[in-house]
Amino acid sequence: MASLGRAALLLSFGLVVYAVVAGSLAAWRRRRRLARSAQNALIAAFATTVVAAVVLIVALARRDLSFVYVAQHTSRSLPLGYALSAFWGGQEGSLLLWLLVLTGYSSLAVWLNRRSGELLAWTVPVLGGVAAFFTFMLCFVSSPFATAAAPADGAGMVPSLQNPYMLAHPPMLYLGYVGLTVPFAFAMGALLSKRTDERWIVVTRRWTLAAWTFLGVGQLLGAHWAYVEIGWGGYYAWDPVENAALMPWLAATAFLHSVMIQEKRGMLKVWNMTLVALAFGLSIFGTFLTRSGVVNSIHSFSQSPLGGWFLGFIVLITVFSVGLIYLRLPLLRARTKLESLVSREATFLYNNLLLVALALTILWGVVYPLLTQAVNGETRSVSKPYYDFFLHTFGLPLLLLMGIGPLVAWRRASLRALGKTFIVPAACAVVGGIALIAAGFGSSTPGLLAYTFSIFVAASIVLEFVRGRRAAGSLVRLVSRNRRRYGGYIVHAAIVLLAIGVAGSSAYQTVRERSLTRGQSMEVAGYTLTYAGLTSTQRQNAQETDATVDVTRGGSHVTTLHPGKAYFPIEQSLSNEVSIYHDPRSIGDVYTIADAISKNGTLELKVLVKPLVNLVWIAGFVFVFGSLVAMWPDAVEQRRLAERYAAVPV
Amino acid sequence: MTTLALALGALLAVAVVVAVARPFLREPAPESDALAEPGELERRRLTLVEERDRALAALKELEFDHRTGKISDEDYRRLVGPLRRAAADALRALEPRAEARHAHATRSG
Repeated sequence: MASLGRAALLLSFGLVVYAVVAGSLAAWRRRRRLARSAQNALIAAFATTVVAAVVLIVALARRDLSFVYVAQHTSRSLPLGYALSAFWGGQEGSLLLWLLVLTGYSSLAVWLNRRSGELLAWTVPVLGGVAAFFTFMLCFVSSPFATAAAPADGAGMVPSLQNPYMLAHPPMLYLGYVGLTVPFAFAMGALLSKRTDERWIVVTRRWTLAAWTFLGVGQLLGAHWAYVEIGWGGYYAWDPVENAALMPWLAATAFLHSVMIQEKRGMLKVWNMTLVALAFGLSIFGTFLTRSGVVNSIHSFSQSPLGGWFLGFIVLITVFSVGLIYLRLPLLRARTKLESLVSREATFLYNNLLLVALALTILWGVVYPLLTQAVNGETRSVSKPYYDFFLHTFGLPLLLLMGIGPLVAWRRASLRALGKTFIVPAACAVVGGIALIAAGFGSSTPGLLAYTFSIFVAASIVLEFVRGRRAAGSLVRLVSRNRRRYGGYIVHAAIVLLAIGVAGSSAYQTVRERSLTRGQSMEVAGYTLTYAGLTSTQRQNAQETDATVDVTRGGSHVTTLHPGKAYFPIEQSLSNEVSIYHDPRSIGDVYTIADAISKNGTLELKVLVKPLVNLVWIAGFVFVFGSLVAMWPDAVEQRRLAERYAAVPV
Repeated sequence: MTTLALALGALLAVAVVVAVARPFLREPAPESDALAEPGELERRRLTLVEERDRALAALKELEFDHRTGKISDEDYRRLVGPLRRAAADALRALEPRAEARHAHATRSG
């Protein structure tokens, strides 16, 4: 069936190239039927890509080792769920996933906006252009349908990928990365058609929010996977691949804020176009980092079949979007100005500058080692202190702004009004800060600031809800009439939980390492851990050796943990199997790693006590809830927008 | 298996060609094949509608901020006038007579 997969991909390629050529011609010469035909080609490309995806899924499920891709990423003993997750476990499969999601999104965007004329006509070639790049790669550079004589067994899957989180984390990230293509395409479509009104923003509002939510959730799932699977005791290591997802998320966060200024004040049109292009460019750059091999081994860059193509594509979209924005500058001029530096729009602007600065410093940290290698041939790395410094420098003021913004009115705020609205949150923060210092939290200045600012933000959010409820009459009415605003506040609450969780689990964590023989104990942050012995278990595709560690606190038994090692014979790989106790009292974890187990049974045990770390995961649920509130359709708003655009062909 | 794959591939190819050609098959000789595009008057109307919506939303926001204490009485009095004028201007400009005047002015150059 590999030939069916190849044929389906070739059809996809032909269809998206047709969408670009016919779509451009139709928009340029204003041909209605040709424009509709190009739109149909995009939808048909989704159907053919689904066929290609089904062929690969069937091959993975059947462990058809005549497919080179299947042989390289699975084995006969690999459980079915993980075999299916190999779809996105390798380069070719993940490119196919990109294309599948992109053509799916494009079809949905075309279908939802099928009554649109000019704007959609110019958007289709942009969507087709992005899809054409990925289909070209899949057809001619990196095909998942290459075949060879089937080996006796496959190479298996990297043990760290054999984790349930890997079933959800990559698809979620891809839904986010690829989702940013839609706002980019509509923004470029608006510029191409010289339609710089708000139509493209109205069309893409939910797309951007959805892509941003997927990207955020994908990162949290990835962080949790790293935490429970990689076995180093943390959840974010400023790894280039992790940064690859963070950068577009930060740019999209800036866009989600600044686009409100355009909607409310008609300002920042150039900036919004720039941000939407930056977010998309960074999502392609993220895919390049993850898939080119440039990160794993800098020397593989020149040998990677993907690296050069991706770099060329990034240059192309940068030149295209910057050139187009430059050409349309006269149409993007704002007719209003910022009235005061103390206003809601001004705080959004500060927040934008900080978010973009943070994204660009992270980008520099990722690119710098690649540049030094390319220019000097030296291998340099940018490590945690660099990123931590900029996280503190830009992240802490951002956290504070999250509390200040909602308290400031649009257009202009007087000092007297500011004093009135600030007094309660500021008092809460001062009292909280003093209490924290008294309780000994002054040992870490960034940690103390993060906690204190979080109190300020939390108080300002609560105040907003209380005052809003009083003004609106009921909480339900308040939220249902202002879904974006109050959904946004719930997302802010999630970020507060995240900040507290990150500060608690990093600035105030306790780490101890000790070599233990059977019966020996160690003390960590009030817990006593006693090594009781070893057990061995045979899993479907691995041999696992676990230590038994009894945990007590104040003489009372708390739990028994089983940190260990697993050996995967097919992959010939040894992995850490961490064991974690979630302490409901501290919302934190006792995290144990068996660093080494010697033949005589001696255990090298590493223990991390991480207070409040579970707030990081709880934040994920609050984040999704807030995003859903903000995204939920508002019937009144829909009617108003329908009336606005009913009389005007768009 | 190869024959089946070939047959399925051919079927898929025919289906997508039909899908792509459908607009031409459905309307072989349409009265007009022009893509709908807004004229000068419609573009101006859209700009005015957006301005009207922006002014009305700003007024609503101002009222709400005033009620929740974010805006002082003094600031409210200073800001509400220009916003009401902007909303009224946009509403006036959208009246049919004003639009007709603008259309006439545009036509006569």
